[in-house]
Amino acid sequence: MSAETAGSTSEASRPQKGPLVYRQALLTRITHWTWAIALFFMLLSGLQIFNAHPALYIGQESGFEYDNAVLAMYGVTKDGAAVGQTRAFGQTFDTTGVFGVSGTPERPTYRGFPSWATIPSYQDLATGRVVHFFFGWILVAALFVWFLSSLVNGHIRRDVLPMGEDIKGLPQDVADHARLRFHHGRSYNALQKIAYSVVFFILFPLIIATGLTMSPGMDAAFPWLLDLFGGRQTARTIHFSVMALLVLFFIVHILMVFAAGPINELRSMVTGWYRTSPNTPRQEGDRP
Amino acid sequence: MSKLMVTRRRFLGLSAAGASSLVLAGCDQFDFLGDRENQVRGVLSKANDLTYHVQRALVGQQALAREYSESEIRQGQRPNGSRDPDTAEYLALKANDFADYRLKITGLVENPASYSLAELRNMPERTQITRHDCVEGWSCIAKWTGTQLGPLLDAAKVKANARFIVFHCYDDMGSLFSGPELYYESCDLVDGHHPQTILAYGLNGQTLPVANGAPVRVRIERALGYKQPKYVHTIELVDGFSQFGKGKGGYWEDHGYDWYGGI
Repeated sequence: MSAETAGSTSEASRPQKGPLVYRQALLTRITHWTWAIALFFMLLSGLQIFNAHPALYIGQESGFEYDNAVLAMYGVTKDGAAVGQTRAFGQTFDTTGVFGVSGTPERPTYRGFPSWATIPSYQDLATGRVVHFFFGWILVAALFVWFLSSLVNGHIRRDVLPMGEDIKGLPQDVADHARLRFHHGRSYNALQKIAYSVVFFILFPLIIATGLTMSPGMDAAFPWLLDLFGGRQTARTIHFSVMALLVLFFIVHILMVFAAGPINELRSMVTGWYRTSPNTPRQEGDRP
Repeated sequence: MSKLMVTRRRFLGLSAAGASSLVLAGCDQFDFLGDRENQVRGVLSKANDLTYHVQRALVGQQALAREYSESEIRQGQRPNGSRDPDTAEYLALKANDFADYRLKITGLVENPASYSLAELRNMPERTQITRHDCVEGWSCIAKWTGTQLGPLLDAAKVKANARFIVFHCYDDMGSLFSGPELYYESCDLVDGHHPQTILAYGLNGQTLPVANGAPVRVRIERALGYKQPKYVHTIELVDGFSQFGKGKGGYWEDHGYDWYGGI
């Protein structure tokens, strides 16, 4: 309750609005929305591709005569009914309706991920690959543009890489987030910087490199990819795991947008202009 | 206090709305992309041409696929696609243990040729332990023995206007519904001359079994499994694919898969 009390008093005694600051450059905004679209299609086409062989392994190859699987989704028949099962690290779970078997009880379909999670909704590996590789190129092109422009306009240094100051202020920032009490500053806060750094400098490079490791052509050009990731099938497992982390990031990202004020956050990601908290020092170029 | 409570409730409600719209979006709105003739699909497919050209530029023409050690062969080669062709021609050859088998090299060559299985086995041999990557996502390591395709192409003297190599196969992928559809595949001349591109007649130290493509299957080690045709009887040098199948350069390509198949 104390957090709410604190929240209401600060809202009630709000003296005036902070300045409107220009926070996101045009290229930052364009690449952001490009990724939003590209990642949406990559996720759903990726799950379509996964469904062609809904199992993940550790090593160079897939064990058919021995077991090196860490995840498998499949359907079995129990008492005449289709039951979906997921085996992860040796533990078997009943996942009927979502993984292994989905659809209606009258017309169950045997598939890894359900039809609402794949493009196309039905089993079609060829189309999944067409969509996945197209948006893969889009994703990489946007990343290239973003890296170049953000190095030049200072976005990476100013907003993305956590600095000493951010680390010092981290405990306070965590406490503020836990109370859904946000300070809307000129730059990003420590947790934002850490989250975006992880996405840009760890997750994106990792999902692209593991994706390329699955290509027999790229493996001939860069055989060290196979050594770096411990084999093609391990690379496929990492690719899938990073996908799950990006989905987690997306969920938190969206929740934070709503928690921090969806109108202001959306405006800044569309127009670049962001309403800061009261008492934010004014600078030249700000709008009232 | 009430203001923040509302904000929280709205926040949860909006989140739920956002999540459900995402879920709905995944439904069948994009099923039109599955239509092989769809124009948007045609545009998206252009990315595969880009991948092909970029990989050809990036990957040295002679760069080898990884070769593994004997100890890394931990299981038999998993067969996929056709496992026991039932065309009359194939059954007749199989009944005689492929003694009458001939591999023909035709098309845009100066010296068309034809080889028996014994002749192929007497040519310089190459054995390679490689990883077979299926388009479905799985991999399997096996030892393949055969003779390189490159020297056979040189002996046949490929004409200057030849651009691709088409492999014609005995197995029929068709159904009662579609009618006969004989498997075929193709590759460019770079892959044709690649040192690891072999006409394989042996698998894991044994004669190549029927399930894996007896008597001869092509190995193109820098490509996915569907680019490695089994039950091959004719190698034809061509300048285009329009006269074969649906003109896309292979059975799976005719069914919507990318021609390059290197990723």
